Amino acid sequence: MSNEEFKPVLLARQGKPNSHKLATYKADGGYSALAIALAMKNTEVIDVVKASGLRGRGGAGFPTGLKWTFLPKELNGPIYLCINGDESEPGTFNNRVLIEQDPHQVLEGIVISSFATRTTTAYFYLRYEYGRCYRVLKDAIDEMYDNNLLGKNILGSGYDLDVHLHRGACAYICGEETGLIESLEGKRAWPRIKPPFPAIEGAFRRPTVVNNVETMACIPHIINRGASWFMTMGIPKDPKNPRDAGSYGPKLYCISGHVNKPGLVELPMGISARDLIDKHGGGVWKGRKAKAVVPGGISMGFMSEKELDTPLDFAGPGSVGCLGLGTAAVIVIDDHTSMIDVLYNACRFFAHESCGQCTPCREGTAWSTKILERIRDGRGKLSDIDVLLEISSSIGTIPGTTICGLADGAAWPMKTAIHKFRSEFEEYIQSGRKSESRTLAGSH
Amino acid sequence: MSELSSNAKKVIEDHLGRYPSKQAVTLPALHVVQEENGCVSRKAIKEIADILELSPAQVNDTLSFYGFFRTEEDPLGKKRVWICRSLPCMLRGGEELLAELCERWGIQPGQTTADGELTLELAECLGACDGAPCMLINDELSLCVTADDVDKQLRGRA
Repeated sequence: MSNEEFKPVLLARQGKPNSHKLATYKADGGYSALAIALAMKNTEVIDVVKASGLRGRGGAGFPTGLKWTFLPKELNGPIYLCINGDESEPGTFNNRVLIEQDPHQVLEGIVISSFATRTTTAYFYLRYEYGRCYRVLKDAIDEMYDNNLLGKNILGSGYDLDVHLHRGACAYICGEETGLIESLEGKRAWPRIKPPFPAIEGAFRRPTVVNNVETMACIPHIINRGASWFMTMGIPKDPKNPRDAGSYGPKLYCISGHVNKPGLVELPMGISARDLIDKHGGGVWKGRKAKAVVPGGISMGFMSEKELDTPLDFAGPGSVGCLGLGTAAVIVIDDHTSMIDVLYNACRFFAHESCGQCTPCREGTAWSTKILERIRDGRGKLSDIDVLLEISSSIGTIPGTTICGLADGAAWPMKTAIHKFRSEFEEYIQSGRKSESRTLAGSH
Repeated sequence: MSELSSNAKKVIEDHLGRYPSKQAVTLPALHVVQEENGCVSRKAIKEIADILELSPAQVNDTLSFYGFFRTEEDPLGKKRVWICRSLPCMLRGGEELLAELCERWGIQPGQTTADGELTLELAECLGACDGAPCMLINDELSLCVTADDVDKQLRGRA
């Protein structure tokens, strides 16, 4: 399917009057997928989701149906589904729009996924900052209980499910699935060593699935329209790479930064960053050119201007040295902006959000920030560049020094900024000038 | 006298049935207390711990992990104003907005105005990058804000 033929799926109901109400959702065919799913065996629902090629939209891109099959076959107690609504990756806001505008689409996906995974209690972990989302979801869940879409014997199927909203407290690490689980349990959100993976031992030491909000929104459409329909969109598997799982389905792209029209766009997976910016983001603002572009939230690193024809599918950003597609949150940085200021901002974010559990991450994120602060103050040394590179190659799960991927997310902006813009760093340090950006000293 | 209001106790009780462990009610309990009192006092920590059958140290451990909660030494003003400084907002003036408000209100991030009305906070990505720079007042987002907008909305003057 070409981008021109594509009609929005997940955003189809945006802007309709009362799009958040059950009545309008039902009038548009809502909850028909739930009725279909409840008439199937739970394993058949998993098979459809597996066959669709749906990969998790939260950042890691793990195949959703496959994740569900890791749960134990024999049921000897509760299984939990946790919805990860802690969306906090800089540049990312699609969960907010999905929930505020069309909460029932997400909730229908949650009920179907809970049924598929034999969950009878689901926890919707929502970041505190999304107060409006919280109130919209609360009302939507009440409507569902009143209409036999939650609670006992849903639609006469014999299946029972409760969904509870759980509000976070402004910590990025709660988006890491085991950090989320610890936070849900009432503890500090320190990620857990894996294995055991949550599917074996998760929330309350029970088998648990953690799924992203956008992933949930895809589920009703896959049940209604079939796995092969989902696969008509996106980029197929690379036949030469047996490990490639393909990039199927529609995807929400968040566009922010130096563009004329920041916003949320839904397209078949695989549009190039250049087309996304020019055709859907209104082009770079003030008639300027892009210097660098973040392909999927700052933890993915930076693409340079000459790499903008890279497709934004699961495989594309990795082919130009980025960590991956991440959350498909595209941040455009114009050619008037200093990469030193940009990298400082990224490092400061990770230093602020490191949970402090693993020393390489706690110290590495803090020191990289301090080094960049010094460079911005006109007191940098050329050797600082290699120190930053050394930090970036020694923190994270990829070198194997930390429990979770936060430090990998901190490493990639450093690596890619320096590898792709090294001469700018050298010139800046040699000039000894101070940053013009009006940042408060010491406010991190 | 009890530090927790009858409403706070009721909210905590209502949450107990939702989770297989009492400890899981820690965050909901901290939220309701801070919403009512602008902070979570030591006495409140002790009372929450009693209801949840935890050590006060466990409640304090969770509380102190999240920079979100305030102790009685450092309570919140009537309104809590968060200004986002993460990359998408920085690129569109978030840092300048925060610095400007600090100057106008005569406080640093984390502090409260002398009249106890406003607490100013710096925020990492608020998830409203389509409306950068953005702001959160308590838990409601405002998009594409300027220092004059913020002053007008919060202090009735620009």
